[in-house]
Amino acid sequence: MASTPRTLYEKIWDQHVVEQRDDGTCLLYIDRHLVHEVTSPQAFEALRLTGRSVRRPDLTLAVPDHNLPTTPRLAADGSRLPIADAQSAAQLAALERNAPAFGIDYIDAVAAEQGIVHVVGPEQGFSLPGATIVCGDSHTAAHGGVGALAFGIGTSEVEHVLATQTLQLRRSKSMEVRVDGDLGPGVTPKDLILHIIGVIGTAGGTGYVIEYRGKVFEQMSVEGRLTVCNMSIEGGARAGLIAPDDTVFAYLKGRPYAPQGEDWERAVTWWRSLATDEGARFDKSVAIDAAGVEPTVSWGTSPEDVVAVGGVVPAPDSFADPSKQEAVRKSLEYMGLEPGTPIEDIAVENIFIGSCTNSRIEDLRAAAEVLKGRTKAANVRWAIAVPGSGLVKRQAEAEGLDQIFTDAGFEWREPGCSACLAMNPDKVPPGERCASTSNRNFVGRQGPGARTHLVSPAMAAAAAVTGRLADVRKLAPCQAASG
Amino acid sequence: MKAVSTIEGRAIPLGLKNVDTDVIIPAHWLKTISREGLGKGAFETIRAAPGNPFDVEDFANAPILIAGDNFGCGSSREHAAWAMLDMGLTAVIAPSFSDIFAGNAFKNGILAVELPQEQVDRLLEVAKDQPVTIDLENQVVTTPFQDRFEFEIDPFRKRCLLEGLDEIGLTLGSESAITTHEHMRQGSMPWLDKPKRREAA
Repeated sequence: MASTPRTLYEKIWDQHVVEQRDDGTCLLYIDRHLVHEVTSPQAFEALRLTGRSVRRPDLTLAVPDHNLPTTPRLAADGSRLPIADAQSAAQLAALERNAPAFGIDYIDAVAAEQGIVHVVGPEQGFSLPGATIVCGDSHTAAHGGVGALAFGIGTSEVEHVLATQTLQLRRSKSMEVRVDGDLGPGVTPKDLILHIIGVIGTAGGTGYVIEYRGKVFEQMSVEGRLTVCNMSIEGGARAGLIAPDDTVFAYLKGRPYAPQGEDWERAVTWWRSLATDEGARFDKSVAIDAAGVEPTVSWGTSPEDVVAVGGVVPAPDSFADPSKQEAVRKSLEYMGLEPGTPIEDIAVENIFIGSCTNSRIEDLRAAAEVLKGRTKAANVRWAIAVPGSGLVKRQAEAEGLDQIFTDAGFEWREPGCSACLAMNPDKVPPGERCASTSNRNFVGRQGPGARTHLVSPAMAAAAAVTGRLADVRKLAPCQAASG
Repeated sequence: MKAVSTIEGRAIPLGLKNVDTDVIIPAHWLKTISREGLGKGAFETIRAAPGNPFDVEDFANAPILIAGDNFGCGSSREHAAWAMLDMGLTAVIAPSFSDIFAGNAFKNGILAVELPQEQVDRLLEVAKDQPVTIDLENQVVTTPFQDRFEFEIDPFRKRCLLEGLDEIGLTLGSESAITTHEHMRQGSMPWLDKPKRREAA
């Protein structure tokens, strides 16, 4: 049957429409639902109050991450250590109770597979190409890295998916972000996505689903793709995705939840057919030359506030939009920065390597490569490395990376969301700066008054050893981009 | 959901752009397992500054907030909508909203009204000492000065809001279509069904 050329997004969307209403609203089937402790308790409670059950517990996977302290979880005798914060403990206990009560697979806090929900999904092979994946967390966009249509939802939608395995949605517009050429040495997927957000703006993707296309993404590892797609939401796009290819199939094969045998072969054939057709139309296209992307750092309190590491803190007047000028003035005041200050002159007291954006094994390797044989600068008070999952942690330890981190003066932690958001004990003190591999530099995000500079893992490591935001390329011979 | 028709009253002229949901409700308030009581933490960092618009006595219990572009960006936390409801806000007017916040607002009966920047600027001015009215049925925002700004809203959302419909109840009305889809999916994409966890190879 001849058909109109379609994009990857349109193909996945069309495949999942249960029903389209006259007003254009669609009932969309959801293939995978990831659940964590923060955005689910009110949804489970509502199911209880309305006497509803979970329609497809088999398509749902729960794991705690946001609240969990990243300090050791087991006592010497193997018993679970209590969680000091009573509210956090209650929220974690609610998930531990709700998941089995509704028949949902639950990875508990001390399991080797526990980790940040967006690290766990792909790692377990639960997140698959061509699938619709949701979670009550905006960084669900990450799973687009394996070629899934994945997006964050609110708690009412969590309840809706639990009860019906569908969502009422309208199709988004489509945006192509094409990056051709090669990333330079020391320039990583994190630098690229920060650069992209700087170009399109934090609302540039609102109402769109982004497909990242071009040679750079074709050559990128799955982990790099997860990093890029993860921050689509920082560009306003609810989802971002990359066409699944052999790199993805090789990554997924043999993972615990991945299809096997004949199912695997059928799935791969289907996944290959998902790539955007020749001639398919995007509602908006942005082209970026990879060669122009530098190691990138945020200076303000919005993820669009980025600059190449060799640059300076911008002046409010350098922006055309008066409301942006005002926002920049407020940002600089909060950040304690003067316009014109070279980025490399900014001293940092804290280093955070972790989060759903940058806590996978390649991220830890990239940071460790810079840290090897070096120690953190005297002015760096606190440096932590937080693996994205217990399995990442185990792998890193098998490679001796934990030793490199601790020799460099880092604390080596248990997996969790940690200092990405000020919800567990890992916080940045008021007025202090943090070079952070996380995804948001919002006011108060890492703690009240905390000043966040978003960077790649290698750049965070460079900041740790120099005590200031630094160009990693000046420090060490750089190898192929990762992280 | 409670039915919504007309919202009338004072409107807090915040005006800020890119108000993210960490600003609407910081993460440390998210440890609750309830939807109630989050108003205390709403806009905490903004309210900590002396002279902020939330402190102005005239705006106590105001039902409307006026903000800048990209309101509600960032985290998907529905706690942002719950916190706003808890402080008495039932509508936000802004030039644009993040997709996720707009959805969360709708599910909680909060009207997210999109108007062009120049109309928002006018309302920011008027709101300093006059009330604002949002008429959902007629899709129009008015002021005592004959301002009349029409707005667009998704027809499905409008109907749900006006009638106070339970969206899950509506969807369950399509249960046979869902079941049919599941059967189709089981045949054509069996690997998506009943994923079974096993040891990694």
